[in-house]
Amino acid sequence: MNFSLTKEQEMVRTLLKEFGEKVVKPLAAEIDAAERFPRETVEKMARYDMMGIPFPKKYGGAGGDNLTYAIAVEELSKVCGTTGVILSAHTSLGAHPIYQYGTEAQKMKYLVPLAKGEKLGAFGLTEPNAGTDSSAQQTVAILDGDNYILDGSKVFITNGGEADIYVILAMTNKSKGNKGISAFIVEKDFKGFSIGKKEEKLGIRGSSTTELIFENCMVPKENLLGEVGKGFGIAMQTLDGGRIGIAAQALGIAEGALDECVKYMKERKQFGKPLSSFQGLQWMVADMATRIEAARFLVYNAADKKDQKLPFSTEAAMAKLYAAETAMEVTTKAVQIFGGYGYTRDYPVERMMRDAKITEIYEGTSQVQKMVIAAKVLK
Amino acid sequence: MKIIVCIKQVPDTNEVKLDPKTGTLIRDGVPSIINHDDMNALEEALELKDRYGDVEITVLTMGPPQADVALREALAMGADRAILVSDRAFAGADTWATSNTLTAAINKIGDFDIIFCGRQAIDGDTAQVGPQIAEKLDLPQITYVQKMDISADVGTVQRALEDGYEIIEVKMPCVLTAIKELNTPRYASVKGIFDAYREKTVENWTAKDIEINPEIIGLNGSPTNVRKTFTPEPKGKGTLLTGCDRDTVCDLFGRLKEKHII
Repeated sequence: MNFSLTKEQEMVRTLLKEFGEKVVKPLAAEIDAAERFPRETVEKMARYDMMGIPFPKKYGGAGGDNLTYAIAVEELSKVCGTTGVILSAHTSLGAHPIYQYGTEAQKMKYLVPLAKGEKLGAFGLTEPNAGTDSSAQQTVAILDGDNYILDGSKVFITNGGEADIYVILAMTNKSKGNKGISAFIVEKDFKGFSIGKKEEKLGIRGSSTTELIFENCMVPKENLLGEVGKGFGIAMQTLDGGRIGIAAQALGIAEGALDECVKYMKERKQFGKPLSSFQGLQWMVADMATRIEAARFLVYNAADKKDQKLPFSTEAAMAKLYAAETAMEVTTKAVQIFGGYGYTRDYPVERMMRDAKITEIYEGTSQVQKMVIAAKVLK
Repeated sequence: MKIIVCIKQVPDTNEVKLDPKTGTLIRDGVPSIINHDDMNALEEALELKDRYGDVEITVLTMGPPQADVALREALAMGADRAILVSDRAFAGADTWATSNTLTAAINKIGDFDIIFCGRQAIDGDTAQVGPQIAEKLDLPQITYVQKMDISADVGTVQRALEDGYEIIEVKMPCVLTAIKELNTPRYASVKGIFDAYREKTVENWTAKDIEINPEIIGLNGSPTNVRKTFTPEPKGKGTLLTGCDRDTVCDLFGRLKEKHII
């Protein structure tokens, strides 16, 4: 077993760490407070080929792999959970299904600008009545001549309103249940497509999370992604990969919180001694560090399995489950260690705790992850 | 246009700690970086390439095998060719022996318009290698370059002084040394990093490859002798005397006399 990263992977980590510290971190508090999408950061990320890391160069990508991409999300999330999820949703949910299931023409038209970061991607599966029960789709797509006509709505869509290209799931045949769902590539300017309510959230407040509305939305039939009726499978496989991204985000948030604790505990004195000299707090730190280390191996293992084209769905579910719960635990402990100051905006740990919570919910709740894992283990 | 950029891999002195007992650097676990001023030189070469297109950039370093990483980073930023001059015989080199080695390597590369160095390295702090290379190659040199323009084979360069700057015209080939005011170095791109390791190569040259007299390289070729490295004793805070009346001056004289300074 080789647990080392390659030299390229180490160099990408160093790049993302520096980029995170110098470019992303200075904006993190402000974009959270103002609920502002950091467009300028996304443009800089595009300039440095960060928006298409796992895609081949011929499709505009950086020619890297999923482990490198996970490391990128991790490093960004250490300083800003919002920026981490923007990259993750764009890469895993917006761009990846087109890479995996698109025709060559669709890849050249849509994947190339997404991978280059010229356009931003998003993914629309969740509906008001289809959350964990994602197969209860009510958005419909009827073939009419050269177009599919989409009607319905999506909710809680990450990068909604900011993205240019959306992969949307809709029912093409209600009588077939799961097998009646298809996937489509929808451009933001298509007639009948509009952005609805923007959510005000507890955390990742700089990430734009919106409703998508389809009213007689005309989608050219060549924008069908994959085959008719195969959309649910596309969605599930897409989410499998997305879980690696979210697991990496959760891992990064936890690491960022621990880093802040370590700095603070060495400086802050009570009873004439730094906090780092109190055994009770040392033991908390030991627990946090050990959980993070375990989470890291789960995340990297899932990404590595995907890179080796081995089955990775269970590993991704384990990584997401464990990393998300680790992020919640570590950030909550971090606020505790900071005490009163940790509860204020003077320090970033309260934001990290608010950011961590969503990782237990989106792209499949922790409960869904357990369903996936148990189904595999008890097969 | 052909530009040779000389770089050095150095410990990141922001991260370095001193051993409190010996006063020497603890090098273990300290990350290595491309020297800051060398990055400015490389960035300027890359900007010339962006602007004019037909520019070939060769990065050159004398160092141990791990300096390969620094060259890969330069390739990832956009350099075209990378040469690592590495040999046990080069170990212990001071600036004189280093510039002998680099000069021999540059002669082997042959064709160039500009040799671009950083002003000085953050570990050695001598600022000698660039000027020494210029002298050994008998080339015009401009140090402390804070701004430059190139047209045809003439460079117009702003050279920083303590209290201003000079504007100098220089014909190529020439040697320039860069300071941080020259530009803000770009990051390597992710694609650049993968290409640096998968598509590009680092050429490894030994002492034999550059056909150099072994007596002028490495420790043997180094006139400088480092006798001792130590951290100076911290000085006391000192006393501040304010006022410029007679009494204050008398106080000052009294204290200087006490310490036998006058």
